[in-house]
Amino acid sequence: MAVLTYREAIRAALAEELTRDENVVLMGEEVAQFNGAYKVSEGLLEKFGPDRIVDTPISEAGFIGMGVGASMLGIRPVMELMFWSFYSVAFDQILNNAANVRYMSGGLINCPIVIRGPANGGTNVGATHSHTPENVLANHPGVKVIVPATARDAKGLLKSAIRDNDPCFFLENTILYGEKGEVPDTEELIPLGLADVKRTGTDLTIVTYGRCVLHSLAAAEVLEKDHDISVEVVDLRTIRPLDFDTVLASVKKTHRVLIVEEQKPFASVGSQLAYMIQREAFDELDGPIHRLATIDAPAIYSPPVETEQLPNVPRVIKAALAAVA
Amino acid sequence: MSNKAVPNADKKVEAPVACAGSHASAPINSALSNEGKIELHRKMVRIRRFEERSLRAYQSKKIGGFLHLYIGQEAVAVGCCSLMGPNDHVITAYRDHAHAIAVGMDTKALMAELYGKITGCSKGKGGSMHYFAPSLNYWGGHGIVGGQIPLGTGLAYAVKYRKLKGAAMAFMGDGAVNQGAVHEAYNLAALWNLPVVFVVENNGYSMGTSQDRSSAGPGLAQRAEAYGMNWGTCFGHDVYEVRATMDKFLTLAREKNLPSVVEIDTYRYRGHSVADPDKTYRTKEEIEEYRRTKDPIQVYQAALLKEGVLTDALVEQINTEAVNESELAAEFAEMSPFPTVDDIQKDVYWEVDNPSQRTSKGRLFFD
Repeated sequence: MAVLTYREAIRAALAEELTRDENVVLMGEEVAQFNGAYKVSEGLLEKFGPDRIVDTPISEAGFIGMGVGASMLGIRPVMELMFWSFYSVAFDQILNNAANVRYMSGGLINCPIVIRGPANGGTNVGATHSHTPENVLANHPGVKVIVPATARDAKGLLKSAIRDNDPCFFLENTILYGEKGEVPDTEELIPLGLADVKRTGTDLTIVTYGRCVLHSLAAAEVLEKDHDISVEVVDLRTIRPLDFDTVLASVKKTHRVLIVEEQKPFASVGSQLAYMIQREAFDELDGPIHRLATIDAPAIYSPPVETEQLPNVPRVIKAALAAVA
Repeated sequence: MSNKAVPNADKKVEAPVACAGSHASAPINSALSNEGKIELHRKMVRIRRFEERSLRAYQSKKIGGFLHLYIGQEAVAVGCCSLMGPNDHVITAYRDHAHAIAVGMDTKALMAELYGKITGCSKGKGGSMHYFAPSLNYWGGHGIVGGQIPLGTGLAYAVKYRKLKGAAMAFMGDGAVNQGAVHEAYNLAALWNLPVVFVVENNGYSMGTSQDRSSAGPGLAQRAEAYGMNWGTCFGHDVYEVRATMDKFLTLAREKNLPSVVEIDTYRYRGHSVADPDKTYRTKEEIEEYRRTKDPIQVYQAALLKEGVLTDALVEQINTEAVNESELAAEFAEMSPFPTVDDIQKDVYWEVDNPSQRTSKGRLFFD
């Protein structure tokens, strides 16, 4: 297996799919000549040319809407948002048009678009640039929402998303772009909606996704070593579709649950999970479902304090100890 | 079949003051056969009779939600859509019945959609504002003012990307021109030379707010200049003029990938929607004056009678057939079943509707 960064893995997925299908185009702010604001698309312009790798003006409503329209005619646009936080200026295009057009046309129109970019806090860029809208997106039937934690998952899931006939929203993470991981040398398509047990354990299930997978895995090591608590970490990988069977199987094994998410707590992904776990595994639970989320306020700028606002390893450890108490 | 109560919206009035003719000799119009000319008339009459019938259904509470009628504007949709070639595409806003009929959608399916029936063109899932027919290059039917304009630009992008000779017509009302998404689309179309004609159907009022009270600047189409785009204006009561003008701009789009904005002056006789009281912002006299002097069906009918293409008997026959068609559509809608609760979660995901080709796992729906 090759060792790639998360960034390189996404780039490899893009390059492979651009090569495979001439309907695939990559569009967004600074994706071509500038090589990508986060260098995800570095080198793709040289390889695929300006018809396939397209720099857009700063005009999210315009270019995302344009991608939706093009996808209705069978183009497979991969639209890069420099930050998912900018989805708010294209909300109508993403969640009225892309999400609804199949339904409102009685199934006559497909919208095979991918919208991708980073969605995370932790980089001291303030509240406007730190949104994690996976719960808002997943609230809209018709869409698929993917939040990969590792290089391998990012590559295999993005390839599946590009081939998918429904609108797929792919949420990356600027802090993960430099994280290295093993990626198979041969082509791998990871199905959307398949969770991955990243660590097996017997005492506590942590259900999580995205960067919080890394925090949870690090915390699990400490919990094992210092507290003799065996933690199972379930990485959802995809929010919608949701692999709830894997969550249920783990809960039935450990009987205790902690949800860890980089989300504001009100009506979050974790809120939905907690509802579903109590509804479908009530008798399996030995205690209440616990949740660790972002501290409920707009993202603070102050660098050392922002670290504390988000889930981090010490906060996960503390929450896990409370969940097994 | 019911053949009673021929609606009277285009009842014989004195000869309309405005007259079609000066554009009749434009090449795109002189090339029309007599049957082609009659077909334009027939489409306008069919649209009006359909909408009048839908209004009656609405008043009988057979139709829910909003009903935005196009009555008075027929020459715009019919004129524009009559120019469509195989790689041309149309998208519009929520006043979308006329474009649907103009591109050739079946009025039975359209009426059934208004009634919320499973036999509707969107299986009762879209309603009045959301008609679609991809097989006829008709991409809706969109409810959010201006939200369809980036989509129309994307249709043009796809046509160009595929190296096809075609164009998209992206229709909007005069109320849409102040939406940011419209300007973003203008910029992209001009920046990338996309084959799109942005058609502003200016009926004078964005809901109840006149152009004077909503839009700054000298005119709506002129805003194209800011983006270096071509623009034009024309009157929308004369189908010949609409065709002559749009042909020019569509040709620029198809042949040279030059986008443009065309503002077409038109007028609606009914309120913004049927529920609109329609008395707060304009006078009855204003409506009557337009109807008396510029009714698009009357104007064109008078021209074709003068040309000897239409006869009084044929006018009568076309009208009767259109009334019958609308009645049949209403009967079809009435007789059709509603979708069931089980249908609610169909047509949400392609994968769910094509289970044998599903590749994803996990739950797509929640309760």
